Amino acid sequence: MRIALFITCFNDTMFPRTGRAVTELLERLGHTVEFPQGQTCCGQMHFNTGYRPETLPMVRRFAEVFAGYDAVVAPSGSCAGMVRDHHRVVAAQYGDAALAEAVEQVVPTVYELSELLVDVLGVTDVGAYFPHRVTYHPTCHSLRMLRVGDRPLRLLRAVKGIDLVELPDAESCCGFGGTFALKNADVSNAMLADKMRHVQDTRAEILSAGDNSCLTHIGGGLSRLRTGVGTMHLAEILAATEGDMR
Amino acid sequence: MSGADNVVWLGTPAFPEAARSALADTRLRTNLRRATGTIRDKRLAVAAELEDWEELRETAATIKSHTLRHLDHHLLRLEKAVTAAGGVVHWAADAAEANRIVTYLVQQTGEDEVVKVKSMATQEIGLNEALADAGIRAYETDLAELIVQLGGDRPSHILVPAIHRGRSEIREIFRREMGEWGRPAPENLTDEPRDLAEAARLHLREKFLRAKVAVSGANFAAADTGTIAVVESEGNGRMCLTLPETLITVMGIEKVLPSFADLDVFLQLLPRSSTGERMNPYTSLWTGVTEGDGPQNFHLVLLDNGRTATLSDEVGRQALACIRCSACLNVCPVYERTGGHAYGSVYPGPIGAVLTPQLVGIENAASLPFASTLCGACYDACPVKINIPEVLVHLRAEAVEAKRRGRLLPTTEGLAMKAAGAVLGSPRRLAAVQRLAAVGARLVARDGRIGALPGPFAVWSGTRDTPVPARESLRAWWRRTRTPTSEDARTAAEGKARR
Repeated sequence: MRIALFITCFNDTMFPRTGRAVTELLERLGHTVEFPQGQTCCGQMHFNTGYRPETLPMVRRFAEVFAGYDAVVAPSGSCAGMVRDHHRVVAAQYGDAALAEAVEQVVPTVYELSELLVDVLGVTDVGAYFPHRVTYHPTCHSLRMLRVGDRPLRLLRAVKGIDLVELPDAESCCGFGGTFALKNADVSNAMLADKMRHVQDTRAEILSAGDNSCLTHIGGGLSRLRTGVGTMHLAEILAATEGDMR
Repeated sequence: MSGADNVVWLGTPAFPEAARSALADTRLRTNLRRATGTIRDKRLAVAAELEDWEELRETAATIKSHTLRHLDHHLLRLEKAVTAAGGVVHWAADAAEANRIVTYLVQQTGEDEVVKVKSMATQEIGLNEALADAGIRAYETDLAELIVQLGGDRPSHILVPAIHRGRSEIREIFRREMGEWGRPAPENLTDEPRDLAEAARLHLREKFLRAKVAVSGANFAAADTGTIAVVESEGNGRMCLTLPETLITVMGIEKVLPSFADLDVFLQLLPRSSTGERMNPYTSLWTGVTEGDGPQNFHLVLLDNGRTATLSDEVGRQALACIRCSACLNVCPVYERTGGHAYGSVYPGPIGAVLTPQLVGIENAASLPFASTLCGACYDACPVKINIPEVLVHLRAEAVEAKRRGRLLPTTEGLAMKAAGAVLGSPRRLAAVQRLAAVGARLVARDGRIGALPGPFAVWSGTRDTPVPARESLRAWWRRTRTPTSEDARTAAEGKARR
């Protein structure tokens, strides 16, 4: 399958290792991964903060750059959700008929990583090896926008050597919420405190999730308090094999 | 007095500041955590009992959106049916008009006190205050509303307005205030729920037996029969609805249902979603007046107060489908931590964040649509499937637009968003910023993490370390290690042509 990687602007800048992991993983499964250099951002920050007209160029670019692939994969539930739920809205409100049509074509090809693996590629055991104690935060947009359900957990359970522990109150929001963390910093912190407590209660070494933005928020708090708990994107665990020392 | 004055509480700071004080209140946090957690679990359990829960939600959403689309038609049907059954229907465009009507109706009876059934509509219009101005005392008879009224307090939850109070606080309020309003609390009042309830029962019984006029809201009104429905837990509402001679019901126009048969759907959804019960203990239904039974004078005040304006917004109008169950409050991670007062409105929580700005105008409640992480728990819990995150984001755009109008210079945020848009609009500019960030961040980082960030990001870095941007972005790594595809060549050429 010819799969385009939509790395997302945040991962591209901060966590390219997640993109390399997605690439390794999909190539290991026998697929062709391409990285369209024209890609930038899904427009989520602008859209969710109320800057809708500013989102239009990003929606247009996305539809152009990612047209014609068998599938487009994003290692981010919230960016995949933005494309799936809101690109049509922006195109209808500010774009033209051609853009609306282009968006209509591209949107059904866009998947979050666990959706692509389980639903499209039909795998849950990706041949990974990761001998660590891990807990998983499901992230709100994967859970309630994309409805990925237990797909990430099914993928993790199939990882050799992993000690996967359930996160208490896992489905509660971590308090990141994009610009919410800046606009409502105090509430964000209160939510973060509870999420960190639950993570620590699991005695996990690693907190994993399908979204590096949530992980940067929770991991930033865990790091500040020197808890010793690390964070890792789901893709990086799934890409790990017996051959490497991650 | 305009509607806006009551829906939002003047003088309340914007949400982020109000939330800050609420978050520091240990007792409030404990009360909220316990109460919302309990209701949440109960709701999940009773919703799971119904195999057709999702179909019920879907049906309710369809009935509501259909009714709202033909609201004028159904309201006229309702007026006709209520009038035929011996009731009198009044139309109020705003809070002031509704208050004038109710005050006049009470004055016509010659009474100077009324008993009240718990009602959001009368909270919304500030009826108690308007009646007080006319020398009429309104007694709240719902236990939680009584606690709020005696405490000189504001409601902090739609269903459990005293959710922010613990039982020892309630005992203090009863001991201090009950005597001022009527029968005092017993001398030896403890903070046992049973004792507190008994004190309220004795205090209220006196009022029920004396009252000649009652004021209520309405949960539903059936347009075909003219039947009004009120659901409650305590039976205090039933007392008010049956004992007095005159009953005045104030109802938002969106509460009308086309048919009595529609109650079948909503009476399954509402108790399960609100208190987590299969059925609420008291469901009162009445149709006009019945000779020799119950109030002999019945007035229905139909309240607009911003609803027609809300109806004209194609995305926002779904907020009018709300049946005031408060499931969204109980599942909201923001509400759970701040409580209702921080929203500065009679309608707190997620539904308040979408309803209040529409009722009073976005410029009067601009911080509310941002009081959410967009986690979506509210949408999942809503029994009438109001897509609250969708409306929140829609109203955020309106808030930004409203700010843009009426000022010559853009806001700092507007400038930042514009700059970010320029960077994110071009892969070349994005790559340039990535290189700068990687170098710049290394100057301030220690042990691979950044401890302090400047400006608006200081609130972020106050509690979180930030990782250092990668030395090599993914796009740079790809360009260095992989052969470009024909697609990339095309994009590069187009990119150059564009510049």
